[in-house]
Amino acid sequence: MNIIKASKLVHEYIRRDEEGNVESIQTAIDGVDLEVAAGDFIAVLGHNGSGKSTLAKHINALLEPSEGTLWVDGMDTSDPERIYEIRRAAGMVFQNPDNQIIASVVEEDVGFGPENTGVPTEEIWKRVEDSLRSVGMLKYRHHSPNRLSGGQKQRVAIAGVMAMEPKCIVLDEPTAMLDPVGRKEVLCAVSELNRKKGVTVILITHYMEEVVNADYVYVMDQGKIVMQGKPREVFSEVETLKEHRLDVPQITLLAHELRKAGLPVSKGILTREELEQELMGLYGSKK
Amino acid sequence: MSIILDKVNYVYSTGSAYEIQALKNINLQIEDGQFIGIIGHTGSGKSTLIQHMNGLMKATSGGIYFNGRDIYEEDYDKKELRTRVGLVFQYPEHQLFETTIFDDVCFGPMNQGLSKDEAGLRAFEALKMVGMPESLYYQSPFELSGGQKRRVAIAGVLAMKPEVLILDEPTAGLDPKGRDEILDLIADMHKKKKMTVILVSHSMEDVAKYVQRIIVMNSGEIIYDGTPGEVFRHYRELETIGLAAPQVTYLMHELKEFGLDADTDATTIEEAKKSILKMFR
Ligand SMILES: Nc1ncnc2c1ncn2[C@@H]1O[C@H](COP(=O)(O)OP(=O)(O)OP(=O)(O)O)[C@@H](O)[C@H]1O
Ligand SMILES: Nc1ncnc2c1ncn2[C@@H]1O[C@H](COP(=O)(O)OP(=O)(O)OP(=O)(O)O)[C@@H](O)[C@H]1O
Ligand SMILES: [Mg+2]
Ligand SMILES: [Mg+2]
Repeated sequence: MNIIKASKLVHEYIRRDEEGNVESIQTAIDGVDLEVAAGDFIAVLGHNGSGKSTLAKHINALLEPSEGTLWVDGMDTSDPERIYEIRRAAGMVFQNPDNQIIASVVEEDVGFGPENTGVPTEEIWKRVEDSLRSVGMLKYRHHSPNRLSGGQKQRVAIAGVMAMEPKCIVLDEPTAMLDPVGRKEVLCAVSELNRKKGVTVILITHYMEEVVNADYVYVMDQGKIVMQGKPREVFSEVETLKEHRLDVPQITLLAHELRKAGLPVSKGILTREELEQELMGLYGSKK
Repeated sequence: MSIILDKVNYVYSTGSAYEIQALKNINLQIEDGQFIGIIGHTGSGKSTLIQHMNGLMKATSGGIYFNGRDIYEEDYDKKELRTRVGLVFQYPEHQLFETTIFDDVCFGPMNQGLSKDEAGLRAFEALKMVGMPESLYYQSPFELSGGQKRRVAIAGVLAMKPEVLILDEPTAGLDPKGRDEILDLIADMHKKKKMTVILVSHSMEDVAKYVQRIIVMNSGEIIYDGTPGEVFRHYRELETIGLAAPQVTYLMHELKEFGLDADTDATTIEEAKKSILKMFR
């Protein structure tokens, strides 16, 4: 079975008054089918309130399905006896780096998770070292997390999740608060983990640029998955994406605008290199 | 009419082992009606700087003048300053506290001394402006998605009808359409209501597209101050301090290196498009 499999997953936030009567029902996830193969890097896009974070919380067994089933590494998330194992299999990184760091020294922060789950001390230190190295933060191991930049804090948070050796890591807008270099650092760290260690990555983001190298992209709208495919396929649909309140990377949009203005550049251009090649080609044939 | 910062310094935790100088000798003049962007690496002092502009934080040394008056004078009305210079915080959660969204947005105008009805009218108008669906007005602001919370926080400040609007990363966490809507709304207020707008952002693309003047912070100091074209010419230096140029600016530089007559001062899609189409004419 795939590492993540959702079948007709539904989540309803139910609000009750003091007497327990249902006041309102908000269907945040509405019949989602999803399969993520182990080792894949997938991205989830969607408008505000489309259900991305709710989905992430399900993968971490922080929420229980109202209907349907979700399996993480073969375990049903509605089985209370497996919650602990599910959280070990799927780690989470959130938007705000400040809310995730607990200890006053970087290495203690990273070791906190494994220590809590009874990993032997020697093994903890090995994991701390490995995970800090893989996010490029080993030389900060003795620093205070408070004094790191946002991008560095976020990489420490990722190392903290890594030290738990999850098979899968869910990142819920990990770069929203970061400067351009910090965003790049976090993204590099995550794709390294994916490529070198085979960790499955589920990245939730509003930055379209961060998605161009994903294996697969899902687009959510009002709790449903409304588009899916390789980044090039999804980003070819500029107008459809806009209907779902989304966008395309800036370079893709420029290429789209150029095409509308009559320059015959191809559809689905994602990177600067691709657009440069196209333009140089067109320029050459113009002469 | 302007905001002037004169040799402003700010030190956090003075005297402790964690003492940190977040602002270093800041001299700055913000003219009436300008649309300004502030960029800088995380921890460069952007939030600290803007909280000085509405008197929320007091400089360790230096002076601040709003419309010619020293805001640190004893009889200066700080409360009024905060309604004239509206600030939308970086973390909207820090700004929301009432039990319903509607009450939350009413809070500012009520605090200004408006009647309940007037405040309600303002809240209605502001919530409409930021595109909150009416069905949510009487829900708790804490049950909203991240992007929805931010809209409510912005509405809360707009409802006070400030002269100067300062927004600390207002689009972080917004979906692309929401980002465009909020920025278009702000640009519209700037144009039609002649509001002075100061936008703190980590998106080089947004800053380039919307503002006339960019202030670049690095470790508590202002290191560049100019038009987007001028500032992003320093893209290599910007990269060494956590920043970057917009994607299209890199594209233009690279096309130029390939020998094309590309306008390397282009910082927006519009400008890049114009320059490329010119090459192919
Ligand atoms: N604790 C809650 N109680 C009730 N409703 C909630 C709760 N959390 C979220 N919702 C609602 O569920 C829907 C989905 O929210 P969710 O946070 O999953 O969206 P999202 O896609 O992560 O949005 P964003 O991009 O803004 O982070 C929204 O309509 C939201 O208002
Ligand atoms: N309450 C505080 N106590 C001590 N130091 C602080 C406090 N708030 C901020 N600092 C420090 O002051 C410096 C400037 O912080 P500030 O929040 O102004 O940066 P910023 O440019 O807004 O960063 P970001 O892009 O992450 O929001 C940083 O080094 C920060 O760690
Ligand atoms: Mg979310
Ligand atoms: Mg800040």
